[in-house]
Amino acid sequence: MKSALIWTIQIILIPVLSPLFAGIIRKIKAGFQNRVGAKITQPYYDFWKLFHKDEVISQDASWVFKFAPYIIFAVTIIIGASVPLFTSIFSFNLLSDLLVVVYLIALATFFLALAGMDVGSPFGGFASSREMTMAALTEGGLISSLLALALAAHSTNLFSMVHSASSLSIFSFPPVLLAFFAFLIAMLSETAHFPFDNPATHLELTMIHEAMILEYSGKRLALMEWAAANKFLIFLSLGANMFFPWGLTASSESTAILTALFLFLLKALILTLFVAVLESSMAKFRFFRLPDLLLVSFILSVIAIILII
Amino acid sequence: MIANAVSSQFSFFASLLLFACGAAGSLIFRKNDAAANFCGNAFAIAGSIAGLISSLLVLMFDSSFTCGMGSSLPLLSFSFNVDKLSAFFIFTISLISLFASLYAIGYVVHFYKKYNVGALGFFYNTFIAGMMMVVSANHALFFLIVWEVMSLSSYFLVIYENKEKRNVKAGSVYFVMTHIGTAFIMLSFLLLYAATGSLDFSVIKENIVNIRPVIKNLVFGLALVGFGTKAGMIPLHIWLPGAHPAAPTHVSALMSGVMIKTGVYMFIRIFVDMMSDVPVWWGMVIVTAGAVSALLGVLYALTEHDIKRLLAYHSIENIGIILLGLGSALIFLALEMKPLAALGLVAALFHTLNHATFKALLFLGAGAVISETHTRNMEAYGGLIKQMPQTAFFFLVGAMAISALPPFNGFFSEWLTFQSLFAGIRSLDITVQGVFILAVGALAFTGGLAAACFVKVFGATFLARPRSEEARHAGEVALSLRTGMAALAVLSLLFGLFSGTVAHLLSEVVHSLPVFNSTEAAFTANASLFKFNDNFASVSLPLIFVSLVSVTAAVFFLVHILTKSRKVRLGCTWDCGTHLTPRMEITATGFSRSIITVFRGILQPTQQYQIEYMDAEIRYFTKANRVRLEIKDMYSSYFYSPMQDLVAKISEYVKQIQGGNINIYILYIFIILMALLLLVI
Amino acid sequence: MFKFYSKIFSTGRMVIHLNSLSCGEGVEVVGKKIDQKIIKLFQGSLAIRAVDTGSDNSCEQELTALSNPYYDVERFGIHFVASPRHADMLMVTGAVCRNMREALVKTYEATPEPKIVIAVGDDATDGGIFRGSYGVLDGVDKVIPVDFAIPGAPPSPTTILCHLLKILEVIDMKKRDSERS
Repeated sequence: MKSALIWTIQIILIPVLSPLFAGIIRKIKAGFQNRVGAKITQPYYDFWKLFHKDEVISQDASWVFKFAPYIIFAVTIIIGASVPLFTSIFSFNLLSDLLVVVYLIALATFFLALAGMDVGSPFGGFASSREMTMAALTEGGLISSLLALALAAHSTNLFSMVHSASSLSIFSFPPVLLAFFAFLIAMLSETAHFPFDNPATHLELTMIHEAMILEYSGKRLALMEWAAANKFLIFLSLGANMFFPWGLTASSESTAILTALFLFLLKALILTLFVAVLESSMAKFRFFRLPDLLLVSFILSVIAIILII
Repeated sequence: MIANAVSSQFSFFASLLLFACGAAGSLIFRKNDAAANFCGNAFAIAGSIAGLISSLLVLMFDSSFTCGMGSSLPLLSFSFNVDKLSAFFIFTISLISLFASLYAIGYVVHFYKKYNVGALGFFYNTFIAGMMMVVSANHALFFLIVWEVMSLSSYFLVIYENKEKRNVKAGSVYFVMTHIGTAFIMLSFLLLYAATGSLDFSVIKENIVNIRPVIKNLVFGLALVGFGTKAGMIPLHIWLPGAHPAAPTHVSALMSGVMIKTGVYMFIRIFVDMMSDVPVWWGMVIVTAGAVSALLGVLYALTEHDIKRLLAYHSIENIGIILLGLGSALIFLALEMKPLAALGLVAALFHTLNHATFKALLFLGAGAVISETHTRNMEAYGGLIKQMPQTAFFFLVGAMAISALPPFNGFFSEWLTFQSLFAGIRSLDITVQGVFILAVGALAFTGGLAAACFVKVFGATFLARPRSEEARHAGEVALSLRTGMAALAVLSLLFGLFSGTVAHLLSEVVHSLPVFNSTEAAFTANASLFKFNDNFASVSLPLIFVSLVSVTAAVFFLVHILTKSRKVRLGCTWDCGTHLTPRMEITATGFSRSIITVFRGILQPTQQYQIEYMDAEIRYFTKANRVRLEIKDMYSSYFYSPMQDLVAKISEYVKQIQGGNINIYILYIFIILMALLLLVI
Repeated sequence: MFKFYSKIFSTGRMVIHLNSLSCGEGVEVVGKKIDQKIIKLFQGSLAIRAVDTGSDNSCEQELTALSNPYYDVERFGIHFVASPRHADMLMVTGAVCRNMREALVKTYEATPEPKIVIAVGDDATDGGIFRGSYGVLDGVDKVIPVDFAIPGAPPSPTTILCHLLKILEVIDMKKRDSERS
């Protein structure tokens, strides 16, 4: 009974909480602009309204356009159920492998880019081009930063990595920190935040993620935006739990679970605050400065790997 | 057991006989196009089925066989040795040729009345038979004969459509490069003969322990260059992007899918099976070559807008990935870590099988598109998903498989290659670790860039609106083409789903090699799970597939039920209120422009502008503006062109020996006679 | 960097409060009444796409001012979007000039149902100072069906905001709440 409840929470936690974190970032950014901004729960209202609207689909679109939102959303739910969130009793979960998670994310990006190209509008086309350029260059940093932790933990299973990361000595903290910075850069790139992409821009020439979903409306748009919010929360939880693994519980006592959930939310909030402050303090980089940043991420993780082994 | 050995031997020779019948039959019926087509391909299908039976018997029932017969020529004996490794390669060859021949029945129709279909059938059957004999030959001289048969028949297939100049030119480059490779192979075999006293592979294997390290390293270098030329390793790859597109599509599928793997087979045969006490630097060289091939292959693929050249560059990339697995296996062998070496070898072999499957699928799909639109230029495609929906679906499966996306087979073999590289990082000392870390980086970037390239290919070819008249009038292709593609797509999925079982089978193949005879395995694999014995990693592809399908279906039905009352209206693409023409879609060149600019140090793109003015004096109004975007091929300009100039210069000097004056020739004869007499005395 | 942060934190919040907008009386919404269902749908979240059909940019500047820290229309759940596919409401400015006629029709057709069209400013309502000119079509309602019109040349952000809230019936609800309490 207890484990069924824990399973349910693990599966629905990410989809349920992700709009909240999107709203929190917006609120903090509004605070930096001395505005009131929308409510924290505004994304929930947005999605509810979008699910109640009709859709307009281009006649050039094919089944790739029509089915991509479902595939992308399903992938984010599967990944969300496989990453360590608040409990560590799922170490037998075969989907929690480092490479499986990274390549499932690549699957979602693949279909997103195809959907962007499907309608034949120039915006979607060059957004797909930029998105795939960034995704290709990010994978090196993403895999290597998590690999540093995997080598320290002698396993590529995410739950095992969390277990051993919590028992690392103080001397292995600098490489973990380096790997964390590398992961942070990769996270900002994959979730389309500054300095890679502005999630709130209206200028199509500067869009990467937004331009691929310009053509979506109604329920499919809701699914795409929700999937993007899910992806952000997944990366937040990876960053929070992999590199600062204190707080995950192995017991199924309700108090332990509640504490673990609270700690998880706290860690994710701190990272969200950091991303929001970053977004309010800097401008987006010029597109051709971004590969240098991604190469920095790769080099930092290579240094971390060399220091760890 | 003996019955099995006899039947596997029988079916192997039956397949060779069937291919011979196909070759002869095609020639006999060369006046009747349809009969030649059907005869050649039907016998090829029968031969492939016989080859499949033979290899499956060896693989599953352990009934390997050796047979040989002497010949009247000294030093030559026609001996075959089909052990599990050869059987695996025969399995791959037969599988791909089965579906390629099925595809060809419908595809060759396009060559009726234009080219000689009988010749096509002849060379095609000879080519497949040559490949099967190459991977089962047991004698060096016999090997060279069948290697030459394979290369020559593939040369004639490359220049088959000889009305186009570029095909003939590509054929000449292929001819020269493959013979340079053969020369290196011959030298390495001669060195092995000098060291062990025999040309028979089994005898060489026994006597190899007496070989001096200098000779061993020389053999390594020569064999690396020789077989690397066939495999398409960088920097010996320059024939590949020209030759693979030039051949007819089902032949390209075979060349890209299996012929280059014969080079990999000989790498394994010589370096792992025959040699003992390999030094570490061999593996490091191969890992470096693999990493460089993978990265450069995919970068050059991104610059292409000719669909078949792009797929040919991807073959170079995947050979790089196979070499990563193979190189890591060699390094582990040198350091006496045999379980991990077995792992690396399983990764290399699995990727060989997977690449053959999805590359053949992609080539067949490209061939279908080319046969309908009559051009290889991707900029003229577009919107074909509505006109060729099934081809588009199969091509999407191939694109997802080559980008290593779950749940298809490419994901598992790349996962396995990653794991063997990870195993290297955690168990070795720092110099070797550095090579492995950089290899991991190269593999990670390659995976991402390959996905980018296939978004470009699939998007430019099948999505959006048609960019040319031919694309507008394209239709779905014939049933035989679709059946061939469908079978390969299903195989991609099946090899992915049952990757545990296939890994188990491959582990048995690897452990059948004498060098791995008593090593325990580093992993356990069954139908639902692949697990490392020290719990480093585990993956279950059926679980991934089931969860993907079930969650997508659940999301779809949930959303569908909850939003039943919302209407969906068809409209125009949002274009900011302008008229959208097909020229406003992203082109294949435009798609990869960002990546080319990012990697401009390696690719060295150039831009040339040519402006024509209305009035040549008052240069104000332009009449036409041409932009020429080019990528400099590093290897041609920095390596092969200087080499060509050097060889030409040396030839100029050597030419002077042929004075033309008969008195000088008599003087040469006299000098040599004197020298020989002195030598004897 | 620190001067930047200290400037942010020293400048306080300056958002104008709803009550001091003096919206309650005198806001006449010219147009038809919209469905209760649509009101309920859009009350929590409204996406607006601004379409400029050839105006003198005065209305656009007032629309832009709606998102500044003083008026801050986001706090009511209203936000501007980049594509008509994402939009619920089209705010059209400018007397429709001939070259923008087709673009306006395409934008209207690209917006999914249910949608509301508002003509902002006198130019969009009936041509304004450009009425009768050969280059304009004299108002948005000659091209697409318009639900509401906001008068003014240009209307101040306060006017636009009050009309928006009236359309969403938010003012009414808040007034009812304040009357009840």
